[in-house]
Amino acid sequence: MKHFAELFSALDQTTKTNAKVAALATYFREAPDDDKLWTIALLSHKRPRRTVTTTLLREWAAEAAEIPLWLFEEAYPVVGDLAETIALVLPMPVAESDNSMSDWIKVIKGLEGKDDNEKKHQILLAWQALGSTERFLFNKIITGGFRIGVSQKLMTRALAQATGIDEPLLAHRLMGDWSPETKTFTELVLSDDPRENLSRPYPFYLAHPVEGEPDALGPPEEWIAERKWDGIRGQVIIRGGEIYVWSRGEELVTDRFPEFSPFKDFLPDGTVLDGEILPWREGHPLDFQTLQTRINRKSVSKKLLNEAPVVLKAYDLLESGGQDIRDHPFSARRQALEDLVARNNVGGTLMLSPVVPFQSWADLADERAMSRDYGSEGLMLKRKESPYLAGRKKGDWWKWKVNPLTIDAVMIYAQSGHGRRANLFTDLTFAVWRGNELVPCAKAYSGLTDAEFNELTRWIRKNTLERFGPVRSVNAEHVFEIAFEGIQRSSRHKSGVALRFPRIHRWRRDKPIEEANTLSDLEALLPAM
Amino acid sequence: MALLEFTDKGIFCPTARVYLDPWRPVERALITHGHSDHARAGHRHYLATAAAAPIIRHRLGADVETIAFGEKLTINGVEFSFHPAGHIMGSAQIRVAYKGEVWVFTGDYKTEPDGLTETFESVRCSTMITECTFGLPVFNWRPQTEVLEEINDWWRTNKAIGKASVIGAYSLGKAQRVLAGVDPSIGPIFTHGAVEGTNEVLRAQGIKLPDTTYITADIPRSSFAGSLVIAPPSALGSSWMRRIGPASTGVASGWMALRGVRRRRAVDRGFVLSDHVDWQQLNDAVKASDAERVYVTHGYTSVFRRWLETQGYDARIAQTDYEGEALDESTKENAEADVTAEGGATS
Repeated sequence: MKHFAELFSALDQTTKTNAKVAALATYFREAPDDDKLWTIALLSHKRPRRTVTTTLLREWAAEAAEIPLWLFEEAYPVVGDLAETIALVLPMPVAESDNSMSDWIKVIKGLEGKDDNEKKHQILLAWQALGSTERFLFNKIITGGFRIGVSQKLMTRALAQATGIDEPLLAHRLMGDWSPETKTFTELVLSDDPRENLSRPYPFYLAHPVEGEPDALGPPEEWIAERKWDGIRGQVIIRGGEIYVWSRGEELVTDRFPEFSPFKDFLPDGTVLDGEILPWREGHPLDFQTLQTRINRKSVSKKLLNEAPVVLKAYDLLESGGQDIRDHPFSARRQALEDLVARNNVGGTLMLSPVVPFQSWADLADERAMSRDYGSEGLMLKRKESPYLAGRKKGDWWKWKVNPLTIDAVMIYAQSGHGRRANLFTDLTFAVWRGNELVPCAKAYSGLTDAEFNELTRWIRKNTLERFGPVRSVNAEHVFEIAFEGIQRSSRHKSGVALRFPRIHRWRRDKPIEEANTLSDLEALLPAM
Repeated sequence: MALLEFTDKGIFCPTARVYLDPWRPVERALITHGHSDHARAGHRHYLATAAAAPIIRHRLGADVETIAFGEKLTINGVEFSFHPAGHIMGSAQIRVAYKGEVWVFTGDYKTEPDGLTETFESVRCSTMITECTFGLPVFNWRPQTEVLEEINDWWRTNKAIGKASVIGAYSLGKAQRVLAGVDPSIGPIFTHGAVEGTNEVLRAQGIKLPDTTYITADIPRSSFAGSLVIAPPSALGSSWMRRIGPASTGVASGWMALRGVRRRRAVDRGFVLSDHVDWQQLNDAVKASDAERVYVTHGYTSVFRRWLETQGYDARIAQTDYEGEALDESTKENAEADVTAEGGATS
């Protein structure tokens, strides 16, 4: 574990991308294959099956630290991370171990099916033999959620440096639902057998927001515009007579969207579509919350299919006739997509995301202004000549969202954040007026600078009215402008409405709370039902 | 009438009519140490230890009467004495005795000797008023020697690659502790103006510190390669850093024990070095005082109070305006500004 702990410290001790990549590349050159494989897995948010519950871990840690459980629980939100809290409260190690990271993972996996006493014995032995960083990592492997400022992209770049394999090819190999339990490092990274991985998706190409006006993008005739849909990004793969549906989170979601299952009977083998999975009824998108009911269910009932029907709004073709055509220009891929849809009468669940015609950027600005009428959140701009790249590469794909809706609301509750914001009050609840009462309508976590959060935290400490566990109610005194993308009915908040993507736009120090918006202002924004 | 009361101006002794570390202007203030949440502007009379007074004069421009450690001062029958708190140079706990009853107000304190400040002295009492800045079991300091060695190693590594090592340390106390603790044979040591101002005051009162060079705009950037630069933490994210050239950055603070806090600072290294007691030291100090009743003033007060209660103490929370180890000096300075604004008195 020492080697992995050194890597972790090196990554954790720098904010510089190049230093991180260099540290990872060195590790990928030196570490044993099993450790490398597990490192890739952990950084891709895969972890061994959980064999010990976090409840038990907390109890054992408190016991080992000779403190009552309630005291441990009080310390946890301050630290903001369970694995770290455990590592910090435990007494100093009394032994040393030469076990590598993958050896410890074997120990963790070996706990499967053991009784609690045996598990406790093994875990305590591990804690006694590991230094503080190693202990933290050991706990993290069990509890999951590795966040060490290394994106998939950085990891892939480092692996490319260490192996000499092309970065896009590696990115492709690392996609999909492989597991370190069933693959070796050689199989995953070094060898490639396309037939072995029919389900493997291509890395998604992601757009950048347009900065300012799109005029800077050059002549309008070089661009294609589409509506930007507020669904989930999806890749539909038809290979070997099967269909695979991937979400952008690299999750295989085929079973959640049985509507797409007939595609495999209509579309030719070796077809890969990129598009938006969108809840849709009678020519119009439904709100995102409707889609949420589908995302969260592993299996879908007939009732749910009726209540929340989805379509694929296809906008790109990545593979045609088994050929990877990502390097063809977008205009050609788009044409091939249109031909494919026209030739094969799949039915209503496969729709083309229509092209928005325009002559000038001014035309397009008018189209953008009408976005909400189409149930869309803006426009997408794609360069006609552009290949389909991997990841968020600037230049060819832009999203031009409509300006957010905003309201002025009063902060009434505050809660401290997690992880790196653990001792700042960053989780804030905002309210609007209903008569003389302030009713909560949104929670927001972002949008203020660190300095503003610091200032607000100091204010909250001095202006706490009541505490409900980690949540504090505070004097109604500060007004914030909250930006959001949409609004819908919801029982989550007392106001009966919920905002989509709420975030703090501005601290309105100039506004007294009496001038905050009212619930009727918000209700006026609700889509007509 | 209690011997000490907690009022909206500060901790008050009604019999002697004096305040301990008051946060609003009062007639007579007994001051534990010069940090700005304890020594505020606007009081009529100040009393502090001889070692703490120069800084208070320097910061507030006020007249400060002095008292020696252990010396007894009796006001209207109440006996006051100051005892080393080990927090920063001259920092004291204040013992208050009247008709056989003894209270101790700790101010801020640290029990591990650091070789620079007067070593903490445990004072027996029946009622203890203690800080608990780090009163949670996740705070467990390693010995100072290990942390200083980490800083030395970091400095050596940076020197080898031609970088400056810029360490953020609170300008009064922590900065001098780092300065006195590192190995000056590694390279030259530069200081930010806020740190050097404090150094000058301390040197003038006879405290030996390694040689430092105050960073002025005319020093070329190339001079800093391989050096150690000591600055207040807030300077690390500011445009002042542009004067330094290529550098690795670190912060020395007890809060660096938490990875989340360390990451939010966006510095390369966090050194866990605090001028306050950790969990075990705090518990040991309470135990050694023999107190039956404990007031907790600042830090994780509600949790630590509950914990003390389970340990059999009569434990209570006292509302104060003290801040303990702030991550940034700016927050303490703001607090000071608030008070001067309210009191209308500036110095």
